[in-house]
Amino acid sequence: MMINILLFADLQEKVGKDRLELEADSLSIIDLKEKLKNEYGLLQLDDVMTAINEEYALESDIVQSGDTVAFIPPVSGG
Amino acid sequence: MTDPLFEIVEDPIEVGAIIDKVKRREAGAITTFMGTVREWTKGKRTIYLKYQAYKPMAVKMLAKIGDEIEEKWPNTRIAITHRIGHLDISDIAVVIAVSSPHRKAAYEANEYAIERIKQIVPIWKKEHWEDGETWIGDQLETVSYPSGSPNIK
Repeated sequence: MMINILLFADLQEKVGKDRLELEADSLSIIDLKEKLKNEYGLLQLDDVMTAINEEYALESDIVQSGDTVAFIPPVSGG
Repeated sequence: MTDPLFEIVEDPIEVGAIIDKVKRREAGAITTFMGTVREWTKGKRTIYLKYQAYKPMAVKMLAKIGDEIEEKWPNTRIAITHRIGHLDISDIAVVIAVSSPHRKAAYEANEYAIERIKQIVPIWKKEHWEDGETWIGDQLETVSYPSGSPNIK
């Protein structure tokens, strides 16, 4: 089972991809960030917000397989 | 077919078309805000910008700002279009149009909308300077809020 992960801005450039897939049934955002920090050296993840299925989520929220998680660096539209 | 009130586009924004979306007989005022690409920022020269968006969520967040405005300033109508991709100096990045029966609400709601865009809408700007490039974040020097509803006034 897969969790889809979307990357934007500097995160996308650091990893060299705009999406990742993670094999997992469920885990918290905190654990997911920890995992990606270790795997890709994405230390910026400490400072980014997270959205689950296009809605802002809390660090303690749980991601399930089939969900789309997007990491949202500080925004700069306008 | 009605044009959507909240859009992310890649082509130049036609301001008149955004204004038309909020025109109505009850309105006595329409305010428009245009955000344009600035050449100089604190002594650094911008050559061009690139905007990236998480499109479906950005549209949702623009609509959420519309809902917040509906609640705070009843009987206003708002339309917002943000452009992404490559923008040159003086190009229009965002247009916000608000109509209301009286002008005060149209001014206030319009300003509220741009402040909220800078907080919750997943759009990122990459500055291409004369001497390099940088992703810009956190222009308000505030944090974003998970609830999406900080009190800014």
